[in-house]
Amino acid sequence: MQSDNRPLSPHLQIYRLPFTALTSISHRISGVLLCVGALVLVYWLTALAGGPRSYATANAVLGNGFVQLLMFVWTFVLFYHLCNGIRHLFWDAGYGFELETARKSGMAAIVAAGVLTLVAWIIALSV
Amino acid sequence: MQFRTPIKQARGLGSAHHGATHWWFQRLTAIALVPLMLWFIVGVATVSSGGYLAAVAWLSAPFNAALMALVVGLVFWHGAMGIQVVLEDYVGCEALRQALIVLVKFVAVVLGAVGIISVLRVAVGG
Repeated sequence: MQSDNRPLSPHLQIYRLPFTALTSISHRISGVLLCVGALVLVYWLTALAGGPRSYATANAVLGNGFVQLLMFVWTFVLFYHLCNGIRHLFWDAGYGFELETARKSGMAAIVAAGVLTLVAWIIALSV
Repeated sequence: MQFRTPIKQARGLGSAHHGATHWWFQRLTAIALVPLMLWFIVGVATVSSGGYLAAVAWLSAPFNAALMALVVGLVFWHGAMGIQVVLEDYVGCEALRQALIVLVKFVAVVLGAVGIISVLRVAVGG
């Protein structure tokens, strides 16, 4: 059945995205970015399996200042996806749909992700 | 010209009985990855600055090797399912969509296998 030329009501171009919609699309974007990060994990593991020389090369590449900055951002993206994912799991179980609750849990996910990112890097830099 | 709606064509054929499988495994892998990723971040943060021998010693411990293999497997499983949903939502052309989904699954299996084999090689001292 022909269904691709029906009139559409204006949505994304017209309305300002509410906060909960921003956390929703961020969840999806962060998931895609984490898939890119998974490539780095496999690179690190193969370098470790390859022996001291390949591990030294990987350490030099990953220890580069710009890459370290990317890793810091990636850590936040990971924790955001993790915390917001827990929020989604609560929704899946049928809890937390009220607007005010959804707004608060979204804020909580962002704050928790920020705190966990700092804790992880404090551990990494103090060991 | 096809005048029947998709629901008319599907009606009466019965259920495929795996409608919720993708959704369910996305949730199960998500739940499993919550503790695994917390372990992973702490582990990598602790070991990353210690050099080659420290990293090998850490990943050689059976417990760490097992969890790292699970991390790799579940990350690529969960990730491939997530990318599949993104492709299903945004790629209009059905042939291209299906091709990309199959490609993503193949790449995920290959990279997951490479990651797990690397973990095993370090763990058994290849």
